[in-house]
Amino acid sequence: MAKLILSMDGLVLKEIPLTKERTTLGRKPHNDIQIDNLAVSGEHAVIVTILNDSFLEDLGSTNGTVVNGNPVKKHFLQNNDVIELGKYKLKFIGEAAPAAGAGGDKADFEKTMVLRPATMKAAAQAAAAAGGGGAAAAVAARQAAVQAAGQSAAATGIADKDAAKAPAAAPAAAAPAAAPAGAPAGKPGGQPLGAIQLLSGGNAGKELELTKPLTTLGKPGVQVAVLTRRPQGYFITHVEGEKRPDVNGQQIGAAPHALKDHDVIEIAGIKMEFFLKS
Amino acid sequence: MDLSQNLEIATCTDPGMVRSHNEDSIAADPANGLVVLADGMGGYNAGEVASGMATTVIVTEMRQILTGAKPYQVDTKTKEEIAPKIVREQVLKANTSIYQAAQTQPQYAGMGTTLVVCLFYDNRLLVAHLGDSRLYMLREGKFKQVTRDHSLLQEQIDSGIITAEQAKKAAHKNLVTKALGIDPTVEPEIHEYPTKVGDIYLLCSDGLCDMVEDEDIGMTLQALGQGNLKLTAEHLVQMANDNGGRDNVSVILVRVLREYPGTKGMMGKVFGWLK
Repeated sequence: MAKLILSMDGLVLKEIPLTKERTTLGRKPHNDIQIDNLAVSGEHAVIVTILNDSFLEDLGSTNGTVVNGNPVKKHFLQNNDVIELGKYKLKFIGEAAPAAGAGGDKADFEKTMVLRPATMKAAAQAAAAAGGGGAAAAVAARQAAVQAAGQSAAATGIADKDAAKAPAAAPAAAAPAAAPAGAPAGKPGGQPLGAIQLLSGGNAGKELELTKPLTTLGKPGVQVAVLTRRPQGYFITHVEGEKRPDVNGQQIGAAPHALKDHDVIEIAGIKMEFFLKS
Repeated sequence: MDLSQNLEIATCTDPGMVRSHNEDSIAADPANGLVVLADGMGGYNAGEVASGMATTVIVTEMRQILTGAKPYQVDTKTKEEIAPKIVREQVLKANTSIYQAAQTQPQYAGMGTTLVVCLFYDNRLLVAHLGDSRLYMLREGKFKQVTRDHSLLQEQIDSGIITAEQAKKAAHKNLVTKALGIDPTVEPEIHEYPTKVGDIYLLCSDGLCDMVEDEDIGMTLQALGQGNLKLTAEHLVQMANDNGGRDNVSVILVRVLREYPGTKGMMGKVFGWLK
């Protein structure tokens, strides 16, 4: 759970966990976090917490709200942000990403689910009625609701599966596949860069580096093939045309064909050599 | 009018690299120019049930209606084309079916699904959507997102709380604010756009757009779409899986091969003049 650490002149006064969806800050006693100082407005600011994200919003305070030295109106709080209200400082400590398997109660946040205030309220009420009572129980119930909606799916074995799929010929296959799944659309990094050199035709001798995820080759309407750059290495796939491309004099099948260093490809009558640059 | 000669449709769906079930569901009716994609959610296999019901109900009901009517036909009472109305009605019908199943059978409680429906007619496209499954368009080399997600993240971006950059890192990507089958009634967002010959439309579940950058999706459509649509669909799924494939991935591609103007009947023309 995210929390705030309230301090003045470097002296820690208290720790405040952000248990509620709305946590208000201000001078008046009805605020969740009361700061009795004249530099603080009656209703100064509010922190809205939704699952793991907290947003700070200034409620039109007289002296404003400052985060990391910059005045803000609305701010998406990041770990270690320092909110300044007059002489007081509030350090925001975000919820650490739950370690895999820790407690085993991690909701699967990848699953699509519907956010409906009604369900949340109902869950909170149910928990309160069940004798739990209090804000903490409501939060727990809300998390439970989210979790129930999210049906836990085993998120294990990503690396294993990918590695098993990779052909033995692709040396760097395991590395990008095993990279944390938290990097969507990660570019295949750390794998050798491939290139082709034309061996025949008008542009013979010309070299083309295959930096893009996919490169199309050939003549549209006649014969087209695509070279794809994947974590497992480079592949050639037939796209259109009566004849499929040749690799080392053999016509490839309909499925993607893995390319090896120094393979010779022939597309639309043009020969070219594929090679890996280190 | 049979549109299967005017539109080329390719589909591909895959459970991804992590999940064992595929809760996505896709359906296409090329003759009627109809494609439907749904990304189900809910415990055990209820997600599959919800998305499966959504696609089946909408495709069968629409097929039935379109045997006796044309989407561009004008309603005699409202003086408006019937397309938005019939699509909306079928979406609501699917909503009711899923909602009732969820209410009456405990194992389906809380199930729901996102939805994108595209109906092509009269050189136009009508899109209805709910949730975070998307429609993209590639036209003359430009790739853009057509639908706007019904998600908490999109709302936060719209209200300026977070930037699109921060959104990529946010933890609550998966929270949708609208879905099919969750409430007794729902209002799908419906829009209509003119189509052009050569356009490629992409319907996808969040398993694709969360794993693959828009730029890379656009590049793939551009490089392969005109040559081999089926391969393009498979390639997009493969890209999502290469990047981790953490969710089910579904893709429907529709390419406009030639024009498909609707021929209005006598009555339609008369009402057209009167309007």
